[in-house]
Amino acid sequence: MKTLKILTAVAFVVILSAFVVKSINPNKTGGTENGYGNGYGIGDIAKDIRLKNINGEFVTFSDYANAKGFIVVFTCNTCPFSVANEDRIIALDTKYKNLGYPVIAINPNNPEVKPGDSFEAMKQRAKEKGFTFPYLIDEGQKVYPTYGATKTPHVYVLQKTDKGNEVKYIGAIDDNSRNANAVKVKYLENAVDALLSGKTIEITETKAIGCSIK
Amino acid sequence: MKFYVLIGLFLLLSCKGKNQETVSAVSTGADTLFVTVDYKGLESYLRESNAAVHVVNFWATWCKPCIEELPHFETIREKYSAQDVKVILVSLDFPDQRERLTHFIKRRNLQSEVVFLDDGDGNSWIPKVDINWSGAIPATIIYTDQKRSFYEKSFTFKELEEELKLFL
Repeated sequence: MKTLKILTAVAFVVILSAFVVKSINPNKTGGTENGYGNGYGIGDIAKDIRLKNINGEFVTFSDYANAKGFIVVFTCNTCPFSVANEDRIIALDTKYKNLGYPVIAINPNNPEVKPGDSFEAMKQRAKEKGFTFPYLIDEGQKVYPTYGATKTPHVYVLQKTDKGNEVKYIGAIDDNSRNANAVKVKYLENAVDALLSGKTIEITETKAIGCSIK
Repeated sequence: MKFYVLIGLFLLLSCKGKNQETVSAVSTGADTLFVTVDYKGLESYLRESNAAVHVVNFWATWCKPCIEELPHFETIREKYSAQDVKVILVSLDFPDQRERLTHFIKRRNLQSEVVFLDDGDGNSWIPKVDINWSGAIPATIIYTDQKRSFYEKSFTFKELEEELKLFL
């Protein structure tokens, strides 16, 4: 038992120090790698999720037998960039749910360090804004690292394939997260539209400013 | 093994920032205590070819972990100005909240140069700032004409000073 404890401690320190070294020498990280380990890339198969929705029920991708895919949005109550995108996320769900790509919103923040992102606060916000989509809590923060999400909002488009839910698009909703009225290119919509019409997605990865996940 | 990676990730991320990110908005006069630029205008701040050590921090008034580390950048500016260290604070506040930025600069009596980056299309310029930047703030660049490092993280004063010393 004692040996196991020591081994655990040693493994822990080694892995932790690997991250520390990486953050101290950021120039040595790979070009396409995100800051926190690998996470999904384009073409990867996303594992199914099982996360609690604001109504207390658990949601999995497999619940959606008729979906063609999913618009997975990491978002939260407290980040101003998330708030600035709430209406856009509702509009995306309204538009694409019926076309087979429902929005699945996931709050990745730890409520212990972000009380404004607690389960109760999520329920409140969803009610106030009239969210039309599931708003799930990433309890234990196990899901967002598998995606490689680093900030809110951060979106992923998945397409159901024979292999599973394949990651087709990663990044921003559009080209102006700070001002909805100034949007010129709707990256996410273009990606889903391409999938719906069987075309190749022109821009598969984009970036936007966001709040680091807490 | 995955379990340990998750624990490591969790610890690393939980170090990044705590608490709320909201700062109450207050209106003040529209004195310009900062320069407004688009990415093209910002580029000159990111690639100055002189002997100085440039510390460029990306932040916003509503970003709690950013606000927590701002005093470290101010202290660095003061402590190392004789060694030709220049600090630039690049604000990513919302374009309709300039007054809030003005008020914040006054209230905190910020001495470092503040640049307001008013350029909506993040996807066009985030990779140009640094290829490894996901877009999350806070983020910092330290550079000279010889050397350059990018950090997508929060700094303690000690950490920031240690990194800076690698450039002096």
